Amino acid sequence: MTAKFENPTQDPVALRLVLSVVAIGFVALFLVLPLLIVFKEALADGLGKAFNAIIEPDALSSVRVSLLAAGIAVPLNTLFGISAAWAVAKHDFPGKTILVTLIDLPFSVSPVVSGLIYVLVFGLQGWFGSYLLDHDVHILFALPGIVLATIFVTFPFVARELIPLMVDQGRDEEEAAISLGASGFSTFCRVTLPNIKWGLLYAVLLCNARALGEFGAVSVVSGHIRGQTNTMPLHVELLYNNYDYVGAFAVAALLALLALLTLVFKSILEWRYADQLAAMHRH
Amino acid sequence: MSLIIDSVTKRFVRFPALNGASLTAPQGAFVALVGPSGSGKTTLLRILGGLEEADSGSVRFADLNWLSMPARERKAGFVFQQYALFKHMTVAENIAFGLKVRPRRDRPSRGDIRGRVRELLGLVQLEDLGPRYPSQLSGGQRQRVALARALAIEPRMLLLDEPFGALDAKVRKELRVWLRHIHDQAGVTSIFVTHDQDEAFAVADLVAVMNAGRIEQYGAPADVRRDPKTKFVADFLSA
Repeated sequence: MTAKFENPTQDPVALRLVLSVVAIGFVALFLVLPLLIVFKEALADGLGKAFNAIIEPDALSSVRVSLLAAGIAVPLNTLFGISAAWAVAKHDFPGKTILVTLIDLPFSVSPVVSGLIYVLVFGLQGWFGSYLLDHDVHILFALPGIVLATIFVTFPFVARELIPLMVDQGRDEEEAAISLGASGFSTFCRVTLPNIKWGLLYAVLLCNARALGEFGAVSVVSGHIRGQTNTMPLHVELLYNNYDYVGAFAVAALLALLALLTLVFKSILEWRYADQLAAMHRH
Repeated sequence: MSLIIDSVTKRFVRFPALNGASLTAPQGAFVALVGPSGSGKTTLLRILGGLEEADSGSVRFADLNWLSMPARERKAGFVFQQYALFKHMTVAENIAFGLKVRPRRDRPSRGDIRGRVRELLGLVQLEDLGPRYPSQLSGGQRQRVALARALAIEPRMLLLDEPFGALDAKVRKELRVWLRHIHDQAGVTSIFVTHDQDEAFAVADLVAVMNAGRIEQYGAPADVRRDPKTKFVADFLSA
């Protein structure tokens, strides 16, 4: 008689099957299906129509505005996020908890409200409104407003990702580097940065995806000027409201494609540097 | 060229960590700081390494006003309990780190650095492990790499914070004999923190028994053992 051994950490087959089906079904229904529909609708009248909708001047302008806003917001927030995480994780100072709480603020405030804050500050009736008008500085309903709103909304991504990571890594390696004669800057570049680079990459990709996709806050400050201050999400809305479904879905598909590209890029890097990643996780 | 620690104090927010610790040691001595956890021995070591700032007191070493020097200029090789090896660097890169970060005019050539790394790998008996990453080594091997890394900068002082604390008893015993051997070869002044009195008394020239931020007794191991000056020392030794 052969004894039947069961792996003690293995759940029953039925349970595994149910869990897998639920997980895969959920992903398919709520993530994959909508994405497929976006592409299907975009190509409803053929590739040519979709392509024309994208290279049409207003659409191209929205792509430019979106890329520009993300191109400014993401590096700034990366710089800020690294500094904040470094300050919080490697140093003790009064007001640390307040800083950490403040970093989370954009996550807890509705994007529309954060957009309105800028209207309140820079709008005609706002604090600096008349001053800005007198000096012919355009922040609201212009690119600077869009960039500011994007920065505000994507502010926490990098810091949020890095703080727990850097706290978890402790200060040992930095202390070792200093005692070996490294300067603060050299310690940061040679020890701190390499230790957080994967988390940082992930955070920057997330931040970028959100910066490109932000709708609420940007919608309030942009003014929706076609060909000038419309970002891609705003342009999608505009086309959709004008019953231009192919155009709307074509631009949406382009936006989705950009997001997918970042995911592919991340996977390639993970695959390429698998050895290093494994070395970082084992202790 | 001796080490003179004079009434060093340090307060943390909630408790005093050091209440005026003083001791002197000749150049090249191997000094063990021993005592229960919370007795201030690690704090004293970190102050010597420049990783913690003293509130008052002074330290003279090799005729230098030691505490006024920034940590990176002290050339104090620090060995941590949890190794603190750079995870993303190979063993050889770890050892070379202290040489590579020197300002250009003091930095040895690539060839010299490579030669020095090979020499140190030999010293810590890890000749073939240069290309490995720390995660691929055992605890004892990692601590030997950490020691080689600290020795690479030709330290004036070697500071060891419970270096064998995370290792099993057999490896600890082997390594402490070997550490003493390395110390004698390198000719540095070493300060060694441990809570294990056997270890301290077996390896050190001078032992400082610490309690509640003070040095209760300081002297040669045999003297301290023969003639404990306070009840705490007597209790600690009989434990």
